[in-house]
Amino acid sequence: MPLTPVITAHWDQADSFTLDGYRRNGGYTALAKAFEMGPDAVIAAVKDSGLRGRGGAGFPTGLKWSFVPQGDGKPHYLVVNADESEPGACKDIPIMLANPQALIEGIIITSYAIRANHAFVYIRGEVPHVIRRMHAAVREARAAGLVGTNIMGSGFDLDVVIHSGAGAYICGEETALLDSLEGRRGQPRLKPPFPAVAGLYASPTVVNNVETITNIAYIINNGVDWFRSFGTEKSPGFKVFAVSGHVARPGIYEAPLGITMAELLEYAGGIREGHELKFWLPGGSSVPMLTPAHLDTPLTYEAIAEAGSMLGTGTPMLFDETTSVVRAITGWQDFYKHESCGKCTPCREGNWFIKDLVHRFNTGTGKREQLDVLTNVCGQILGRSFCALGDAAATPFPAAMKYFADEFEAGTTTASDVRFDPAASTVFSEVKA
Amino acid sequence: MALTEQTRAEMAELAARYPHARSALLPMLHLAQSEEGYVTEDAIIMCAEVLGLTTAEVKGVSTFYTMFKHEPVGEYHIGVCINPGCGILGGDAIWQTLSEEVGVGHDEVSADGKISLERIECQAACTHAPVMTANWEFMDDMTPQKARQLIEDLRAGREVTSTRGPVIRDFKAAERTLSGIDDDGLGAVAATDELMLAGLRYAQAHDMAAPEGKVI
Repeated sequence: MPLTPVITAHWDQADSFTLDGYRRNGGYTALAKAFEMGPDAVIAAVKDSGLRGRGGAGFPTGLKWSFVPQGDGKPHYLVVNADESEPGACKDIPIMLANPQALIEGIIITSYAIRANHAFVYIRGEVPHVIRRMHAAVREARAAGLVGTNIMGSGFDLDVVIHSGAGAYICGEETALLDSLEGRRGQPRLKPPFPAVAGLYASPTVVNNVETITNIAYIINNGVDWFRSFGTEKSPGFKVFAVSGHVARPGIYEAPLGITMAELLEYAGGIREGHELKFWLPGGSSVPMLTPAHLDTPLTYEAIAEAGSMLGTGTPMLFDETTSVVRAITGWQDFYKHESCGKCTPCREGNWFIKDLVHRFNTGTGKREQLDVLTNVCGQILGRSFCALGDAAATPFPAAMKYFADEFEAGTTTASDVRFDPAASTVFSEVKA
Repeated sequence: MALTEQTRAEMAELAARYPHARSALLPMLHLAQSEEGYVTEDAIIMCAEVLGLTTAEVKGVSTFYTMFKHEPVGEYHIGVCINPGCGILGGDAIWQTLSEEVGVGHDEVSADGKISLERIECQAACTHAPVMTANWEFMDDMTPQKARQLIEDLRAGREVTSTRGPVIRDFKAAERTLSGIDDDGLGAVAATDELMLAGLRYAQAHDMAAPEGKVI
């Protein structure tokens, strides 16, 4: 399956991020079309397109929008989740850098459709280069009358606020993000009620990922049939894949959903020279790892699920044979323990146990029966936590055990860095297999 | 530097951007750090006064987020990503090199107050691994040698630019940008690099394109 640059099509133009550059490539024609269609027709088109959320969960976008009650007399809000923090995910940051106006056009169209007059872009705090870019893009759009009152004579008013977070992975979870955006500790809320009914300031709110909203202008401009000509019935459209790890040419590769990892890997130049693939994660550390045997699985929500993982953020990370699975898992469990917000007991306490135990196997001091304890603790967290962070934390270890139990067995006697020289895994290593 | 009435006015300006003023608390805390280098007791009091909150409420928020510091950091706050995507590809080795070189551990400041180090989690730049940050500006594709050079240059007061364009300013200036209070004038830096263009370049070289549409 060939690559199909859409969102990324003009990124080689030096001014792709400016309003002029975006307009030269056809930007803001979708907005005029949306104003002609009317809000309900926009929601219907996005529903019919089958677009699914690109932040990880894959929930149908149009359906989410249709849950917003209309004529309820309350203010409605659009919140763009730009908290990209999932280990392995690095697609929203480039989108905002290179194509911020497409995101803003999507924001205006979406806000118009759900009848919101306030939109917020919640950007993780650690990326001043992107926060600066988004502020500048909104300023440009405002100066051109695309943000503000009576946009393009439509009578529609919209204010867009760029908001900076301050370092907390949990704020990528939509209800924690809303609490954070309200100026509180970023801890998740009980659902239901869902944000579409009671979100920001207890008003109806749509929370969508950056890439999801960036799709909107393209769908409105080119139509549902065009959009559905990419991908599969259940996973329509194109995807900004970010390929990282031990590959020859890591980077951004945009292709239809349904392309295989083998094809993407070929475009990325294969695994670095002299090495071979050991394991890979389709979309973030929160999805189960897969092996070379799964390379021909289409990258769709349904096929990857059938293979025992999840498409997640659609940002594959690949590791070669120099990599210790135990070391990788230990690093990710450190991460989840660090990022657990502390609100619910299974996640807060369970992650201490997991971290402590995997470290023992990483240093060669694990005991065989502790593998059962680890399996048990993961089982106690999964499905019993307040939000998806707990589920995510309980995911890496069982998946690793499924394919690489021998490495954990070895962790009862031998440290991971004895079996796998960490120097050999570095990109600046001269060690060849 | 003590917080001034100007800071209070700027905090109020941030609060006015939101339908509910409290939403500005995170940007306000960034602004406070841009004045004093970290979240001081005075900053907590001022935020509480501007928003009509208790100081306990403000402190409860500020201590939740890792970017809010409650004691001084270095003039240059250096992050090394140790999440496996970077750590395995070289971040762990870079951390070890720098920690020894600077003589400090995680969240510690060098004796001269110039450099602080932090083991940071995924920065959404895995394609550019191993990644570091200098006052949160990105330093992509790092090696232990480049990391050592970065520290040496910053210490010597030489101008250093991020691999993504902007010049590295001091911690307070970076925090002012994050607060969003005004335009820092660094907006028009390059948008992409070859890694972000990898797929587009491949598609162009191999006559691959999206199905026809009035693509924007």
